[in-house]
Amino acid sequence: MKEVWVYAESEGGRLHPVVSELLGEGRRLAERIGGSLGAVLASSHASLAEELALWADRVYVIQDQSPYTDEWQGQALARLIEAYQPGIVLFGGTRRGKSLAPRVAARLRTGLIADCTSLRLDDGGLLLAELPTFGGRLLTTIACPGHRPQMATLAPGAFAPGPKGSGGEIINCPWAAPEVRAVEVVAQEPLPEEDRPLMGAEIVIAGGRGIGSRANFALLEEVASLLGAAVGASRAAVDAGWVEPEGLIGQTGVIVRPRLYIACGISGATQHVVGMQRSEVIVAVNKDPKAPIFDLATYGVVGDCRQFLLELKRHLAPSRPVDEENEGEND
Amino acid sequence: MRALRIIVCIKQVPHPDEAKVDPETGLVIRDGVPMVLNPNDYFAIEESLRLKETGGGEGVAMTMGPPAAEAVLREAISLGVDDGVLLCHRSFAGADTLATAYALARGIECLGGYDLVLTGSRSTDGETGQVGPQIAEFLGIPHAAELIRPVEVEGDHLLAWHQTDYGQELLQMPLPALLTVAKGMNEPRLPSLRGKMRAKKQAITVWGPEEIKADPDRIGLAGSPTRMLETTLPARKTRSKMLEGSLAEQVAALLHELADMLPGKAGGRP
Ligand SMILES: Cc1cc2nc3c(=O)[nH]c(=O)nc-3n(C[C@H](O)[C@H](O)[C@H](O)COP(=O)(O)OP(=O)(O)OC[C@H]3O[C@@H](n4cnc5c(N)ncnc54)[C@H](O)[C@@H]3O)c2cc1C
Ligand SMILES: Nc1ncnc2c1ncn2[C@@H]1O[C@H](COP(=O)(O)O)[C@@H](O)[C@H]1O
Repeated sequence: MKEVWVYAESEGGRLHPVVSELLGEGRRLAERIGGSLGAVLASSHASLAEELALWADRVYVIQDQSPYTDEWQGQALARLIEAYQPGIVLFGGTRRGKSLAPRVAARLRTGLIADCTSLRLDDGGLLLAELPTFGGRLLTTIACPGHRPQMATLAPGAFAPGPKGSGGEIINCPWAAPEVRAVEVVAQEPLPEEDRPLMGAEIVIAGGRGIGSRANFALLEEVASLLGAAVGASRAAVDAGWVEPEGLIGQTGVIVRPRLYIACGISGATQHVVGMQRSEVIVAVNKDPKAPIFDLATYGVVGDCRQFLLELKRHLAPSRPVDEENEGEND
Repeated sequence: MRALRIIVCIKQVPHPDEAKVDPETGLVIRDGVPMVLNPNDYFAIEESLRLKETGGGEGVAMTMGPPAAEAVLREAISLGVDDGVLLCHRSFAGADTLATAYALARGIECLGGYDLVLTGSRSTDGETGQVGPQIAEFLGIPHAAELIRPVEVEGDHLLAWHQTDYGQELLQMPLPALLTVAKGMNEPRLPSLRGKMRAKKQAITVWGPEEIKADPDRIGLAGSPTRMLETTLPARKTRSKMLEGSLAEQVAALLHELADMLPGKAGGRP
């Protein structure tokens, strides 16, 4: 019961970036309860187990070559949890985590707290999980007092990676993989490799409705590449079709915590704010000096965001003169 | 395509844009907020109607909620779903996702056979997206989350394209199965006049815990492992430093402030 477990999601021989956040938070919780940190891996890539052993005290490996399905990994995980009885089990709030963890929790008949952005422990070791509700307008604390393990999915980007451990033990659990598989993966169409993925980006520049047009959004993308920044967006910009849904930041998108976040033409609705408020430095550009985004910005620029982007571009790429009339649209 | 018996789980939620939070007390103001069908559930209903149109069969909408939740079942019927089942009893109240999924799974098992269960990808008030996968686990059937293309049924299995973190994936699953339907995967239709008439007259089945042979310890608050402890208002940061002057001056000042964060030349030319 003294072990905190994290589910080490992997695909194609690579760990999902959220795993380092789970390990960081898992380590913090394990230290608080005077316990150890375990990582569960379902992969035959030996290098992944070794990598995890740098961070976790124990790495439980379900060796299996089959493609991932919720069906079989749900069963395998539930078996492992029943055998070793960790007190806390954490999943990344990725698509996979949010599809797998509910099955495991139902199988074990325990509680599962979704999309947590902060975790604490009370004196009795009860996990107090905080998450934004009502579109980020409230923070709700939920616990699972009477059932074990305590399970939660953690919002990607909301937790900081932690320090390395002292070298963990690798435990192979071949018996954990169930024999019967009803679901088969027939085909896969991988996502195109992203140039600058949002999660983990040092600099993010995001556009909202105030950007005004697809052409202006292209200008933002150009500035982003000059900055080496990832491109994000508010719901309004995604709904307008200027940017793919993968770029959505906020409650229904991704959570980012870059060193620098630049919000262009974004009002600062709470649903957006929950996705970027932990950024180290926030720059807000808005023509309305009363826009709520200025309440949490480190630096506020009042003005037209297209002009702002052109000006920024002029500084970042000084060699090429800017022909203002041909840049984007003014509408 | 063969005829399927499809169960669509739908939920009544407060209108997402009208539920307000009292900025002083941090309490949710529910008075006078209209109740609507969870927006994501329209996509699940639409996929059930499309399957019925291609292969025949029958669609049943099911919801767990207060007596007023009957309205979402009637709305589903007005769109073309054949029947509605309301799980309604005080002892269902206060359910978290585990107890909700348990009750819905019991209800589905009492319907006398089914081939496919469809749910929305998440609700606007629960917002967990957990209920679908948990129903599947309780029913002992496979599921796929976030269906993005129309389902194909071949004999005793189906083919479903769904969205993953790594791309799109085609799964072959034996029937019965459960699918959560991604927002925007189809264009939900509007109700027909005939549908609306039928919805008004149609009898709705109402079941309590006894009718679905539910274990009283596994429903409602009693069957919910999680407890909400408190709600608070998020802390607001202090007001920012507003830059001054023309836009060009503001940008120059900004670049000066950010000099050590930006790549190479940025800070160079104020
Ligand atoms: C259940 C639910 C979930 C949601 N989830 C998310 C989410 O995950 N992420 C998200 O972003 N939103 C989400 N939303 C939507 C959210 O409530 C807001 O509607 C959205 O964030 C607004 O986007 P915006 O700031 O770009 O647009 P607006 O609110 O319309 O703001 C546009 C801003 O641009 C400024 N502006 C206009 N023209 C210019 C100009 N030329 N130059 C400079 N500034 C200009 C305006 O002053 C204004 O402040 C959700 C909503 C709901 C109900
Ligand atoms: N009380 C309920 N009655 C019927 N279906 C529900 C209920 N709660 C959730 N669902 C279904 O589960 C989906 C996900 O809900 P949630 O887990 O609350 O985000 C919804 O889109 C519905 O299809």
